[in-house]
Amino acid sequence: MRNTAMNMVHKLAARDERVLYIGSDPGAGTLRAMSREFPRRHLIEGISEAHIIGMSAGLAMEGFVPYVNTIATFLTRRCYEQVAVDLCLHNLPVRLIANGGGLVYAPLGPTHQAIEDIAIMRALPNMTVVCPADADEAARLMEQTLDWPGPIYIRLAKGGDAVVSRAEHGFQIGRAIVMRQPGDVLMVTTGIMLQRALAAADLLAAQGIRAGILHMHTVKPLDIETLLQAIRGTRLVVTLEEHVPSGGLGSAVAEALIDKLGHGLPAMLRLSLPDRFMHNYGSQDSLLKMHGLAPNAIAAAIERAASLPVAPSPPLHST
Amino acid sequence: MIQTSLHAEAALACKLDERSLYLRRLVLGAVRSAGRGHVGPALSLIEIIRVLYDDVLRIDPTHPRDPGRDRAILSKGHGCLALYALLADRGFFPLSELDGFCGTDSILGGHPEYGMVPGVEASTGALGHGLSIGVGLALAARMRDRNYRTFVLLGDGEINEGSVWEAAMSAAKHGLDNLVAIIDYNKLQSYGPTDYVLPLEPLADKWRSFGFAVEELNGHDVGALRNALHKIPLAAGRPAAIICHTVKGKGLPDAESNADWHHKNKLTDHELDAIRVAVGDF
Repeated sequence: MRNTAMNMVHKLAARDERVLYIGSDPGAGTLRAMSREFPRRHLIEGISEAHIIGMSAGLAMEGFVPYVNTIATFLTRRCYEQVAVDLCLHNLPVRLIANGGGLVYAPLGPTHQAIEDIAIMRALPNMTVVCPADADEAARLMEQTLDWPGPIYIRLAKGGDAVVSRAEHGFQIGRAIVMRQPGDVLMVTTGIMLQRALAAADLLAAQGIRAGILHMHTVKPLDIETLLQAIRGTRLVVTLEEHVPSGGLGSAVAEALIDKLGHGLPAMLRLSLPDRFMHNYGSQDSLLKMHGLAPNAIAAAIERAASLPVAPSPPLHST
Repeated sequence: MIQTSLHAEAALACKLDERSLYLRRLVLGAVRSAGRGHVGPALSLIEIIRVLYDDVLRIDPTHPRDPGRDRAILSKGHGCLALYALLADRGFFPLSELDGFCGTDSILGGHPEYGMVPGVEASTGALGHGLSIGVGLALAARMRDRNYRTFVLLGDGEINEGSVWEAAMSAAKHGLDNLVAIIDYNKLQSYGPTDYVLPLEPLADKWRSFGFAVEELNGHDVGALRNALHKIPLAAGRPAAIICHTVKGKGLPDAESNADWHHKNKLTDHELDAIRVAVGDF
């Protein structure tokens, strides 16, 4: 996924002279072909994220579309004020390409694990937050980034993730994709939780539970319209995310349902990482498994929750 | 260091002409109306901004977004009253707007906002942002073969921020001789003397070692400011830093070098009388 997104920057640069690549201190050879073809638009600026965001703002003010790229934690935690003030307050078309969203850098420890990035980026006015599921979807997303107004945070996974997105679904920033028709249960996913949800849905089907999947690649702006359509007739809405429980996809979905439905809320189950830093290493998969986000654990949690009797909504009393 | 202290002494002794007094009356009138404002940081800046907007910047108040204009960013956004006074005086917006300073529906907040105030290039207030944005603007000019120049006004306390030095390294790397950092070196930040809070000296050597061509001068000397700013670029292929030795609260004897006047709430009758004596009736 990362290579695809990087190569897309090169392709977009070939098509549009506004496109810049700005890396801090990426791996040797990152976008080498672009650096040869467009040396003036391939900028390596050093381990200075706060400055890079401000500089990108200045370039965007003059009509450029900078694609800023480094590790997700550095692109969110280190320079949050610059992202808030320089990019979001000015509403500038800078694209933040965050390598290693979630637990991709599991072996490197908590300094490199982006577990709250969706929450803090989503909290900023004018920011768009997108988490593609696989390389093909990342390519479709990148096509849409040239003329999207305002800043975009792009949470990339590792690469080599199974390709499950489908070209016929198309891709529009802010438009969720129904990957499986809603049944008794609706799973709402973002990023690479889509692959886990698809596998979990198969396991649930074997148990006679029909589970739909709504892929919410864009967490902000949230596609509330499609969400409301998808929950019709379901008994349980389950959110899946590689993120702490606060402020991410589960929060966004819950907030939207509360705002739109008020008292008629469906039963909800939010599956996420715990509210703590990880002190285990291993791999993205091993840590997801440890925290109940592998397909069999997801299916089991849904099965338990789906078999619970759903309490009727309390009657409304007027006073 | 000897040069530094001579400029600092000259800044203290420097007499202000009628235009400088008039601009101070505009600033203080806004503070009186709003019952608040960063007085000291604005008064140290007046001559710097005055020379920029009167004599140096290629700007047209009737076309504030002209692509060919010079860019100026007030990175020390809390000095905005000085900027507002100049922009109003130069016709970017009516002088009457100054009376609404910090009002609920005013365009003029306690820090300047892009999109709200004609002539303001970037929203500032959080410190340590302006020079990086300036690097982006200056780099864009180079990439697009445009000849506008970018001026960034920084506070001395502001350059405590590490991001300023990240930007300085970047400006030098790119050889941005179309970029000018102007430091309002009034030697007093919010809590107290810069020497106490976080010493900056040897400041000129710091900027030189970061790859800048440096000038030091008395930042209340209009002639010296004109001379320095008309020499831009100071050195081909290098960004410029102009260290302006100034006096916080310059022009008001009670406020000069007095940290209590960094931000001022309601002015008392006694203070208003003293201001009238110092800068004239307003």
